Amino acid sequence: MAKRSAPEVNAGSMADIAFLLLIFFLVTTTIETDTGLNRKLPPIDDTEVEPPIIKEKNIFTVYINKFNQLLVEDQVMPLEDLRKSAVAFLDNGGGTGPDACTYCNGKRDPKSSDNPDKAIISLKNDRETKYSTYISVQNELVAAYNQLRDTRAMELYGKTLKEMEANYGDVNWIGNKEKLQEKIEKIKIEYPQKLSEVQ
Amino acid sequence: MAKFNKKKSGDLPAINTASLPDIVFMLLFFFMVATTMRETTLVVQNKLPYADQVEKLDKKDLVMYIYIGQPTEKFQSKFGKESRIQLNDKFADLTDIRAFIASERASKREELVPFLTVALKVDEDANMGLVGDVKQELRKENALKINYTTRKGEISGNKMN
Repeated sequence: MAKRSAPEVNAGSMADIAFLLLIFFLVTTTIETDTGLNRKLPPIDDTEVEPPIIKEKNIFTVYINKFNQLLVEDQVMPLEDLRKSAVAFLDNGGGTGPDACTYCNGKRDPKSSDNPDKAIISLKNDRETKYSTYISVQNELVAAYNQLRDTRAMELYGKTLKEMEANYGDVNWIGNKEKLQEKIEKIKIEYPQKLSEVQ
Repeated sequence: MAKFNKKKSGDLPAINTASLPDIVFMLLFFFMVATTMRETTLVVQNKLPYADQVEKLDKKDLVMYIYIGQPTEKFQSKFGKESRIQLNDKFADLTDIRAFIASERASKREELVPFLTVALKVDEDANMGLVGDVKQELRKENALKINYTTRKGEISGNKMN
């Protein structure tokens, strides 16, 4: 018997098989969305403690009715203006004495909020409000806070809060992370997110 | 002169396709690795709204998903068109949420329980009434960290009416 070399396998159809598999995975792939708006719910309070009295001027009421229209401080408002008026309310700094705000850039209108720490946004919605509207409003309010925090961060450290947080999460970033965290915390204390949802 | 005059055939030489399988395999492996198979089968419609101030959910294994939306067409004859809650693979009632949270917590290591987040995947057409009820149930069960899962994009993409 003569020794024969094994015949070469025809690999011409390999590409076809690979394409078949590729198309299968292409079709079945769903890129999962894993982004969203983080919120914290208030804990249920059973204790019968008198709620602290909050001045009317420190509350910014936003009401969404069942026709998805906005009522902001008893005025109808289009969604596009919400961010601007929320920023104006939070950054007003109309307080005097111990309530005075040293870092606010607002109009210092005595009829509006004292300082960002006192300012509360109260969000109320109807049972028939659509979820997409609710998310749009939440988004605008979060954007207002983010805008103020970014401005403040730029003023103090020459970087936006987002950059600072990115640096904090970056393993390769050179610098003092403890100091950076202090800075981030400071800005978050200056502009705390006080968003209350009425049930 | 004739020496250099090789025969000039008009047709182009065939392109070598020997490396084509390699390229395709490369793509194939990419998609195989990037694919995450859905753990749950959706029985409700789930078209998420848009938002642009989003944060990333970092720990995938520390997330509990609650889906809310209209039943898909297959189930509409049985369950109607009103928005429903989906937990795991099944339709659920409001009263099931507390048991669901408790069982999810029991399946995780004890030290990780405080980091558990509830991701609310709510269809953009759902009513806030149901979402509010779900939030109230979550408060009762002390699951306070929530995340409204959204798609990344301008809010003008949300339909307003």
